[in-house]
Amino acid sequence: MKKLINKPDDVVTEALQGIAAAHAELVNVHFNPNFIVRADAPVQGKVGLVSGGGSGHEPMHGGFVGPGMLDAACPGEVFTSPTPDQMLDATKAVNGGAGVLHIVKNYTGDVMNFEMAADLGRGEGIEVEAVVIDDDVAVQDSLYTAGRRGVGATVLAEKICGAAAEEKRPLADVADLCRRVNANARSMGMALTSCIVPAAGKPTFELGDDEIEIGIGIHGEPGRERVKLAPAAEIVERLTTPILEDLPFEDGDDVLAFVNSMGGTPLIELYVVYNDLQRLLGERGISITRNLIGPYITSLEMAGCSITLLRLDDELTRLWDAPVKTAGLRWAA
Amino acid sequence: MSVAYDDVLRWIRSFAAEVEANKEYLTQLDAAIGDADHGINMQRGMSAVLAKVDAQAGEQDVGALLKTVGMTLVSTVGGAGGPLYGTLFLQMGTAVSGKSELSPDDWAAALDAGIAGVEARGKAEPGDKTMIDALVPARDALNSALGGGVAFADALGQSAAAAEQGMRDTVPLVARKGRASYLGERSAGHQDPGATSSHLLLQAAAVTWGGSEEGAR
Repeated sequence: MKKLINKPDDVVTEALQGIAAAHAELVNVHFNPNFIVRADAPVQGKVGLVSGGGSGHEPMHGGFVGPGMLDAACPGEVFTSPTPDQMLDATKAVNGGAGVLHIVKNYTGDVMNFEMAADLGRGEGIEVEAVVIDDDVAVQDSLYTAGRRGVGATVLAEKICGAAAEEKRPLADVADLCRRVNANARSMGMALTSCIVPAAGKPTFELGDDEIEIGIGIHGEPGRERVKLAPAAEIVERLTTPILEDLPFEDGDDVLAFVNSMGGTPLIELYVVYNDLQRLLGERGISITRNLIGPYITSLEMAGCSITLLRLDDELTRLWDAPVKTAGLRWAA
Repeated sequence: MSVAYDDVLRWIRSFAAEVEANKEYLTQLDAAIGDADHGINMQRGMSAVLAKVDAQAGEQDVGALLKTVGMTLVSTVGGAGGPLYGTLFLQMGTAVSGKSELSPDDWAAALDAGIAGVEARGKAEPGDKTMIDALVPARDALNSALGGGVAFADALGQSAAAAEQGMRDTVPLVARKGRASYLGERSAGHQDPGATSSHLLLQAAAVTWGGSEEGAR
């Protein structure tokens, strides 16, 4: 294992200390239990947005804490859900009297831990709502599985709901908006290489030199099918077709196209992918009116990408454009 | 025959030692169909449990001890294992709250309550390729042994053997819960890591309390 680390057991703690040192103007980092919280939390009268999940997906979620996005993020161990005590303390820290929304990616561990935390928070008199994000079309048969995984749409939901919360909209509205983003977004990912969890020290799975995994999740968990490496245009079509058919996206739709690196894939390849994607969507009469390109929801050093499409309307577009100031996503009005 | 506070403590320590010894094995099983962290997470949780319960030696309330184990697992394990094993111990503790020793029927009641908690939290059913596939046969074997007048030590051995069989029976199953379910048919042919750690838990009880060698590794 070649990694820029000191000790495998210290990776999460030391990275959090680094975040605290680098972004002190934006966030405070609490330890034991671990959570990253907006420096000015709680914001009175504003719905508090809390998300969280395993570490190893940076900048998600800690890099999205700040004005216009999340109020707090709970990092677990690498690829391991955080625990209810973290979520409860984060929920209390961001409660400005307007309630707290938990944005949860649909993984068995995350959902169960957030459920326990929501129960504990309500027990302490805080109004807590939770929305589960499940946008991954790679999981076809959701009746006999734990359901679709939460992937790229999480980033978009956190941004859009963060903007709505900033407008002091009530908890029920912000939660509805989160469900709307989830309902209108679909994603699919692929891997060129595996990745190594520091504490495990070995690749999570093996891929041959000429093989790729289609339908990969964000935890190095194998996808649904393994195929031979192909040109980017073919891979983009393999990822995009199920996305388009599932919603379905139709002629005349405006979309936000999010081309994401799994961590190891460079920006130049993401632009190759984006080029193939915009051509493919153009042929179907679908207009990309907003885009996001880069490593935002990663899987350690895994090479590969994911594509997320979100069908936009005027309100979602306006909220996407609203100012955001976080370590990972930042723009002015 | 009954199980005293110190015996329960010995069982917890024995389970922690089994988890430590099988950390790599559980993680390998998880790597095949999950996310390669089950052994690592359980080992982290059980070391935290040991630190907690060592400070509670000399106490009397078995229910409180089991609840402490549960709360510690909930806050240290993460993943799905944290809430599931945490709930198992919390519900077992609630079922035997205030007791300073457990009769065989108390143990059966605790196991029953713990498993009901796991079912409610994880919403898994037998055959879904989860820890339930080891726990439910173990509970049923315990109840039928005790109901048939089998001595506690032998009943514990039969319970552990049923857990082991249930664990092995997960191999051909297609997972319908948890991260393994995303693999569909590709999850078949692998033993479930959660059922494996659950077998270790019940085997530790049989060995610690009954002197059973059943299924000893």
